[in-house]
Amino acid sequence: MIKKARLVPRIEHAGVDAWTVRLFDDIAEENMPWILSLVKRCEVLFSERLVDIVPSYTTVWIQYDLTKISSQASRQVLVSLLQELNPLDMSREGCLKEIPVWYHPSVGPELARLQDEKGLSLDEVIALHTEKAFRVFALGFAPGFAFMGSLPDALVLPRLSTPRQQVAVGSVAIAERQTAAYPQATPGGWNVIGRTPLRLFDPQRDAMSYLQVGDLVQFVSITQQEFKRLGGDDR
Amino acid sequence: MSHPILRVIQAGPLAQLQDAGRFGVRHLGLTQGGPMDLESWALANQLVDNAWGCAVLEITVGGLILECLEDVDCAITGADLGATVDKSPIPLWQSFSLKKAQRLAFGSPKQGLRVYLAVKGGFDAPRFLKSCASVQREQLGGHKGDGSRLSREDVLFASTLFKSASEHKKTQPRAFGQITDLDLIPGAQVHLFSGSSLFQAFNQVWTVDLRADRMGIRLTGNPLQVKLPSLISEGIGLGAVQIPPDGCPIVLLNDRQTIGGYPKLGSLTPLACARLAQVQPGQSVRFRACGQIAASEAYAQFLSRFK
Repeated sequence: MIKKARLVPRIEHAGVDAWTVRLFDDIAEENMPWILSLVKRCEVLFSERLVDIVPSYTTVWIQYDLTKISSQASRQVLVSLLQELNPLDMSREGCLKEIPVWYHPSVGPELARLQDEKGLSLDEVIALHTEKAFRVFALGFAPGFAFMGSLPDALVLPRLSTPRQQVAVGSVAIAERQTAAYPQATPGGWNVIGRTPLRLFDPQRDAMSYLQVGDLVQFVSITQQEFKRLGGDDR
Repeated sequence: MSHPILRVIQAGPLAQLQDAGRFGVRHLGLTQGGPMDLESWALANQLVDNAWGCAVLEITVGGLILECLEDVDCAITGADLGATVDKSPIPLWQSFSLKKAQRLAFGSPKQGLRVYLAVKGGFDAPRFLKSCASVQREQLGGHKGDGSRLSREDVLFASTLFKSASEHKKTQPRAFGQITDLDLIPGAQVHLFSGSSLFQAFNQVWTVDLRADRMGIRLTGNPLQVKLPSLISEGIGLGAVQIPPDGCPIVLLNDRQTIGGYPKLGSLTPLACARLAQVQPGQSVRFRACGQIAASEAYAQFLSRFK
């Protein structure tokens, strides 16, 4: 309940048919039970009047259908909802998902720089990246791209000063306190340290995105042989 | 049943199918797509008695030549790209019958940038997540289902074939002026701007930059000062006006990313986005502050004309 006292939600204009509900000012794993709870309540209360909902680190962006609910009425729904908002029980929320990673310089072009700057061996980098599960704070940038955190101090590295034209599909990367895996080949500015053979976004799959906001993600180190056996492309 | 209706003789730089957009999937990182100029798109459908949401061809900058494969009623709205049928100019903002073997051609922009070509019954295309909106970056939607633009020899399909209407409909042409005024709902982050920057934002004429596409349109002018260079990423809506560290606004449009962390001045209304979509690079726009409730009511009224 102490945490609840810290919660001072603000409902901000985000256009003619959307609101941004700001629940927190800083990134923290403790935000997620509240953010996810707000998403679930909105889905229930807005129901078919909800167009889209985008949770992120400290906010939830809600787009409603103006042909079904007015701007004032939608705000009122949020006001009442926020008065009785309770955090989700995270022990029962968000799945634990594994991401197998082949950590190797041939698929992790920034491994060497990371090791140099932090004075770490490859095994130490792997240990730090796999020692605990990370929480998915947000999805964005590209379909199925999950922002996960928070990395230990020893792995904190700024983004590349010049983004790469092309980051290979499955690339596992770090930037500041966050880590992510690229669901498709795109330009990108994060430090790539390995590659996963998993297909992270598949439009034919029911949930489409392997990772969802709120999930816990455990990275697991695999060998090149396992990587290839799981369908990974090591070129 | 799906009927081949138009064949591409010359593709031009960018022509793609757009329905109302892809919704309910932003939480997965998927963008909305849909028509950049919503108003012209909606009018094109209305002129051939199509319901809201039918797929229309969005033609950017012109250069497109289509051959008609079956008689079909069409309507063209939006920019003036010097449209012709068998080399004779045809009027915009009204429906007309296109006959088999005729050639419909679009030249270069005289006024505006984007044209909307609707066929009666709507274009037929594979739907993904309830939408055939083309998003090239995500390789989704469009006439082939992979987000690609039209290329030479591609064929477009109609859902149903109809007899030509005996009467044709007209609508009031939309004017594209010298300086386009854009209604902007100030957002909660305006306090991050210095007083003089806020004054600048609404009292200078901005120029539309060449860096403009379906994701966003950059504007140039006297840069705005923001107290914080970046914020924690949050969901961003259509028309959000974000200010990156160089101080020049980017208006985020249909194919925008789902979350972003630049400070925002506020949001353009959907109808202001529609107007901005027709402003050519080098032309001028002004921001005009408006209230959220009034803008919301105006947009609801717009939707009720069509839905």
